[in-house]
Amino acid sequence: MNVLLLAEHDNAALNEATANTLAAACLIGSHIDVLVVGNECRPVAEKAARLAGVSHVLLVEASHLADGLPENIAAQLVAMAAGYTHILAPATSTGKSVMPRVAAALDVAQISEIIAVESPDTFTRPIYAGNALLTVKSSDPVKVMTVRATAFPAVGEDGCAPIESVAAVADRGRSRVVSRDLTRSGRPELASADTIVSGGRGLASRENFHAVLEPLADRLGAALGATRAAVDAGFVANDLQIGQTGKIVAPQLYIAVGLSGAIQHLAGMKDSLIIVAINKDAEAPIFQVADFGLVGDLFELVPALTKALD
Amino acid sequence: MKVLVPVKRVVDYNVKVRVKSDGSGVETSNVRMSMNPFDEIAVEAAVRLKESGAVTEIVAVSAGNAGCQDTLRTALAMGADRGMLIETETELQPLAVAKLLKAVCDMEQPRVVLCGKQATDDDANQTGQMLAALLDWPQATCASQIVLSSDTATVVREIDGGLETVEIDLPGVVTADLRLNEPRYVTLPNLMKAKKKPIDVILAATLEVDIAPRLATLWVAEPPARPAGVKLNNVAELVAHLRNAGVIA
Ligand SMILES: Cc1cc2nc3c(=O)[nH]c(=O)nc-3n(C[C@H](O)[C@H](O)[C@H](O)COP(=O)(O)OP(=O)(O)OC[C@H]3O[C@@H](n4cnc5c(N)ncnc54)[C@H](O)[C@@H]3O)c2cc1C
Ligand SMILES: Nc1ncnc2c1ncn2[C@@H]1O[C@H](COP(=O)(O)O)[C@@H](O)[C@H]1O
Repeated sequence: MNVLLLAEHDNAALNEATANTLAAACLIGSHIDVLVVGNECRPVAEKAARLAGVSHVLLVEASHLADGLPENIAAQLVAMAAGYTHILAPATSTGKSVMPRVAAALDVAQISEIIAVESPDTFTRPIYAGNALLTVKSSDPVKVMTVRATAFPAVGEDGCAPIESVAAVADRGRSRVVSRDLTRSGRPELASADTIVSGGRGLASRENFHAVLEPLADRLGAALGATRAAVDAGFVANDLQIGQTGKIVAPQLYIAVGLSGAIQHLAGMKDSLIIVAINKDAEAPIFQVADFGLVGDLFELVPALTKALD
Repeated sequence: MKVLVPVKRVVDYNVKVRVKSDGSGVETSNVRMSMNPFDEIAVEAAVRLKESGAVTEIVAVSAGNAGCQDTLRTALAMGADRGMLIETETELQPLAVAKLLKAVCDMEQPRVVLCGKQATDDDANQTGQMLAALLDWPQATCASQIVLSSDTATVVREIDGGLETVEIDLPGVVTADLRLNEPRYVTLPNLMKAKKKPIDVILAATLEVDIAPRLATLWVAEPPARPAGVKLNNVAELVAHLRNAGVIA
């Protein structure tokens, strides 16, 4: 088995999901090359070289590869695909936009968001918002997949793989990034946070969302998350949405406040180690997955909880 | 400008699906079927672009069994001009759908294909990107805003860290995310009017593309259930439990 793994990064830092994806790759085979495609991104390659289990880091740098445009990244992967039995990427925005292109160009299926490797050709993934788990066997000569980071514990950092430079493919030239509006916060990243305080429509306003949840999140060193309803109502930015169509998280502690627990939301958080629900409706479905529930008004309970932690 | 909108018929998102006891799949007989929610958003976006004058014709396409006629009728009632059913009883995986859609694009020559970002049954999030690759077109996935000019589409995309604006040359593929719009309700009069709009039926076999599934389903299982939790009486009890579990200091 020869595995090619697309590293996720922003040219400056390696995204942690890469180390989780590598853990999945290690379950498939022992020859694993990590591909770092970008521009002026050698520090990323150096970081990738330290991940345990990497055979080679392949570094491709060019200005037209700086923005991670899927047309260019996919073309690069396709050009390098020969000889690999598996091509993997984390199931991030980049992985999801690039990998189907790679698969179609190679005339093979793509397997999305695997959560288990049963054997080198058999994988399990959630379908129907996680209400069912599908195990598929691939007959394709190369398996192209994205990997759900929360399903595989990250590998360690005791490696020292050689870094090789590889020539860049030509610019496809038919798409451009105009601008990026990235949310910056001093909080941990949702995807890797140990604790998440998540709010729903019950918070009732943007002001309340921040006034009520931030002190608790500050006290716990937690990331903030939200439901689609909270994002749609403008309480928080879209990148905080957790669920079937948002982020998938699995922290040690997930505190769900004023959210009902729709299946589409549960799809993104039900693998959390401990779930706490605070909701005034004792029948809310979130209580069916919560380890600990408090029935009552969040505007009283959350400040009381924050205070009790001091 | 002609826009093609692929629409998929899926189990309604309000239905909690059941895994069949023999593990061969999920129960889809006698459950409510609807248009994939992201495809409703894509149809709505196309209709609004037509209302604003940027688009002249909207063709809705669905691949699957005869039941997909209903989905196409819904698209027509929302404002699509005509429908195409690519009929087959074969289980269609995203690569197969992308190949069928490519064949349709070769015939119809749309300037934009506007897909949903993801089907809520297979949760694949692949077809639009695969179609773009097969056509060698650029793509803009997870759109929360679309502005068309005659040669380009400027698309605000929802990405992990926030928002990204990309400009793609046309022809191109755009996939719709949740916040692109709120789809209109289909009214009875519009549904009646839609009955007069044409739906072409094309047998998938006549398109001469390989649609055989590449992935064999070995089994489908229920996800492990979480053990029942407890409701607590007050905040102090909660803090004690969380300390005990070692998840707070
Ligand atoms: C295709 C599709 C994809 C979707 N993807 C996602 C997704 O990725 N993520 C997601 O979250 N949703 C998603 N949704 C939406 C989902 O179906 C629900 O509509 C949404 O999760 C509901 O958000 P909510 O729980 O905040 O709101 P609601 O369901 O309105 O719940 C609000 C809760 O707050 C409680 N409450 C109100 N006031 C108080 C108070 N003072 N004190 C305590 N409790 C209070 C209420 O009892 C209620 O339970 C998707 C929907 C579709 C159709
Ligand atoms: N059978 C189908 N018929 C028409 N369009 C489809 C079909 N399957 C997928 N699509 C389109 O592709 C999008 C993504 O689907 P998927 O890749 O399966 O998640 C959907 O939102 C539809 O727009």
